[in-house]
Order: sequence, then structure tokens, then C-alpha cells
Amino acid sequence: MNKFKETMFKSITYVASLFTILALFGIIFSLFSEGIPILKIINFKDFLGSTAWHPTSNPPDFGILALIIGSLVVTVGALVISIPLGLGSAIYISEIAGQRTKEIIKPIIELLAGIPSVVYGLFGMAFLSPFLIKVFGIPTGLNALSASIILGIMVVPIISSMSEDALSTVPKSLREASLALGANRWETIMRVVLPAARSGVLGSIILGFGRAIGETMVVIMVAGGAAQIPSSLFEPVRPMTAAIASEMGETAFGSPHFHALFGIAVVLFFITFITNLITEFVFRKKRNQT
Amino acid sequence: MMTKREFKQFLGVNALRLFIAITAMFLILFLYVIFSKGGKMVTWSFLTESPRKFMTEGGIFPAIVGTFWLTVISIAIALPLGVFTAIYMVNYAKPAWFVKAVRIAVNTLAGVPSIIYGLFGMAVFVQLLRMDVSILAGSFTLAILALPVIINASEEALRSVPHDFREASMALGATERQTILRVILPTALPNILTGTIISIGRVAGETAPILFTAATFYTRHLPNSVMDEVMALPYHIYALMTEGAHADKQVPIAYGTAVVLLALVLIVSTVAIIIRYKIRKNRKW
Repeated sequence: MNKFKETMFKSITYVASLFTILALFGIIFSLFSEGIPILKIINFKDFLGSTAWHPTSNPPDFGILALIIGSLVVTVGALVISIPLGLGSAIYISEIAGQRTKEIIKPIIELLAGIPSVVYGLFGMAFLSPFLIKVFGIPTGLNALSASIILGIMVVPIISSMSEDALSTVPKSLREASLALGANRWETIMRVVLPAARSGVLGSIILGFGRAIGETMVVIMVAGGAAQIPSSLFEPVRPMTAAIASEMGETAFGSPHFHALFGIAVVLFFITFITNLITEFVFRKKRNQT
Repeated sequence: MMTKREFKQFLGVNALRLFIAITAMFLILFLYVIFSKGGKMVTWSFLTESPRKFMTEGGIFPAIVGTFWLTVISIAIALPLGVFTAIYMVNYAKPAWFVKAVRIAVNTLAGVPSIIYGLFGMAVFVQLLRMDVSILAGSFTLAILALPVIINASEEALRSVPHDFREASMALGATERQTILRVILPTALPNILTGTIISIGRVAGETAPILFTAATFYTRHLPNSVMDEVMALPYHIYALMTEGAHADKQVPIAYGTAVVLLALVLIVSTVAIIIRYKIRKNRKW
């Protein structure tokens, strides 16, 4: 009887673990089985390489290049903002701040991480966008710039917390050696600590990239929604996630448009999967070193 | 007089201070804007009444109820799955290739964008399993989204239980299962709960996964069963900002809803931080 209970319990935990793998396969399978059929309508090269996204015209065009570029523009824009802010905070917290300052800064950054993305979207639409119109005298405040700003702030906690972890694993003796050789604190940070933590810092940036490119609510609300290759940051864009989220509600199940949106999701999944793989690789390498 | 090197250091350190100041100012501005514009909307009737006249008047009670059910059911699904998975990964952990496969799956799931969860939920729960757009379909979708967070938190919590506890229990003649259920799990429980509470905050605030699986723009009725579609706080904000024709009346309601959602998430994460703090203080090993 007791043996039976032991085996039962072990089996339950085994099945639960199996479920996680099943969920991942389910996601991959459903994305591919609904996404691949778009290639019967448009060939692979045109799907990825054409900028004509007119899914509801007759005949429809399903080129997603403009959407991919839209995603890349806001994501790179977000990193331009979040790398100095996030890495800067991490360096300050780990290398310069005293215990009390740390206890003030860290909750602020944790708080940023906890804010739901739709609230960021609301802030972007109702506050930031009118503000940008006033400051820059532009016709619309819903554009690549405002999406980059909001996404950038959202990514700060990711870069900050993971970079801080990386910086804190740099042995104290390295810093002391550098200071003993006459380098000042800033020189020690720039030439000793940061280079020693570079793989972890890089990992945090890649993770931030993956998070920003997959973010949906902010870009659907703030990026403006035009499926075009923008000529400046003040123009609206339509990132991949925004196209999926805003158009899926109006497509018929199984229609070419429906499959095209799943096709975009496959591309998005690939991008985040690869960024994940790189981060995983970077951090595993680091673990092996220590 | 500063030397060139000292000047560089002065510039560098102050640049870091500036970056932190910018981040903090953004947060302060953000909270100020949301609470100053939304705070006055939040009255008792706003919290307890249904919306009226196509969302231009009335309250958000159905959205509060919807978010409550979505969160509770999805956590009720994800918590046991997550804890059992973590127990397997920490205590049984054989065969090694399977553990590795689970870990890859967990890490990959953690990085999947939330809109993809939404598509998956739509294809599998709504269409394939014929749940339609419902609380149940949305809860399953959110549960899978919360799973990696709960697994990681539980695994870390289980690993932090000292090995002596396990050995002492086994030496007293307890079986593996008894040791896990009566010694290891109770010891790890507070930390597991902290991780769970954090995922509650995340689940309650998610919009993209419920767009096509659970949420509806406007209903005056409360859900009768888990097969009904519901309003939800995050989706309500999105809908108010992007649909309807009366922006002047809808935007203030959106701010009010944001205050309620934000307050909910902040309270939940504060509770998590307090629990974590207490555990660390009381821990005797």
C-alpha cells in the first residue's frame, strides 16, 4: 500500500512536468499548423520580403517586411533608452550607492516592473502623445518615438536587475587590485568591473530585446498602426504584435488573413526563441566559469 | 583643481546619478498622472455599479469580477501543476534528459510573448476544445503563462530547504513522499507563496492573452458560469481607449480603471515583499 502511494505521488509529479513540455509543443504546433498555410497563398520570399501589407483589400497583400521593421525600430529605440538607464542604475546600485540609497532605488525599479503594460499604454496614449505633439509640433504623437520611450522604460527593470546580478558576481579582489594599482573608482568600473561582467550584461540586453519585441499592448496603443517603413521616428509604425492583436478579432477562422497573422506569430516566436537561446548560452557559459 | 582623471570620474558618476534620476522621475510622473486623473473617478458607485450608456457612464464592477475569476481560476490551475513540476525537478530529477527537457520548456515558455499565448489559447481552448470565448478558456491560457514563473519560484524555494532536513526525516524512517509532503514542502511554502503572489499580479494585469480567449467589451451582466465571456480590468482600459466614440467621457473612466488595476497589483506585490521580508527575518537555518 505504501509503495503504491509512493509510486502514485512520483507519477503525479512526473505527469505535471510532462504537461510543461506538452504546453510548449502545443504552442509550437498550433502556431505552425495555422501559420504554414499562408505559404500556399504567398511564397516565403514575398511573405518576409514584401512591404505590401493590405490584408483586407482585393486581392489582398500579405508582405510583412514593414511589420518586422516596425518591430525592430521600436525595439532598438527602446534599447537606446533602456541600456543607459538600466545599466546605469545597475552600476550605481552595485558599485557606488550606499546601503540606504540601494534600499530606495531597488524598490523603484521593482515597481516599474510590476506595472501592467496596458496602463503604460494608457499613459502613452493619453499623456505622452499629446505632450510630444506640443513639444515637437508634430501631427501625431502616436508614433515610433513614443512607443520606443514607453517600451524603453518597461525594459529598464530587466536590464537593471540582470546586469546588477552580473556585476555582483565580479570578485571583490579584482576591484581591490585595480584600486591598489592607483586606478580611481570610475576607471575601475569602466576597465575592470564592466569587462569582467560583460557576458551577463550582454545577456540582460538580449533579454530586454526579446521582451520589447514581444510586447503587445503598448505598441498597439501607442505606435500609431501604419504598416509602413518609417522615414523618421515621428512616423507611425505597425509592429508585428500590434498587427496580430488588432487584426485577429476581425478575421474569419481559417481565412488567408487568419493564417497570415499566425505566420507573423511564427516569425515572432522564432525571434524570441533565438534571443532566449542566446541568453541561455551566455548565462550557462558564465555559470561554468565560476 | 581637478585632474583630468578626477574630472572624468566626476562626470561618469554624475551621469549614473542622472540616469537613475530620470528613471525615478518617470515613475513619479507616471504615478502622478494616473492617480491624479483617475483617483477622483474611483468612488464607491464606480466600484460597485455596471457600466451604462455604452461605457460612457457608470462603474466597472463586472470588470473587477471578471479579473477576480480569471486570476483565481488560472492560479488554481497553475499552482498545483507548477509545484508538482518543481518537486519532480528537485527531488526526483531522473532521468536527466527529461529534467533537461522540462527546463528547456520552462525557459522557452518564460520568453514567449504574451500575444502568442493568446493565439495558442484561441486555437486550442476556444476552437479545438470548444470552450468558446469564456472565463475557462482565458483562465487556461493565463495559467500556462503563469506556469514558468511559479515553477521557477517553487524550484528555488525547494532547493533552499537545507539538505539536513531531508536526511533527518529519512533517517527517522519517513518515505520519500512523506518527507516531501510533510517536511520539505511546508518549509518551502512561504517562498512558494511569494512567487505565486508575484504571478497573481502579473496574471491580473495581462491583456493580450485574454483578447481572443475571454474578454468582452461590454456587458451589463455578471458571468453566470465559467463558460461565459467576461469583462476584465486590463481589457477594459484597452477597449475604452481604442473603441467607442466618446473619448472625452471614456478616457476618465480608463484612468479610473487604471487606478483600480494599479492599486490591486501594487497591493499584491507589497504583500509579497512583506512576506519575503518576514521569512528572511524569521529563518533560523
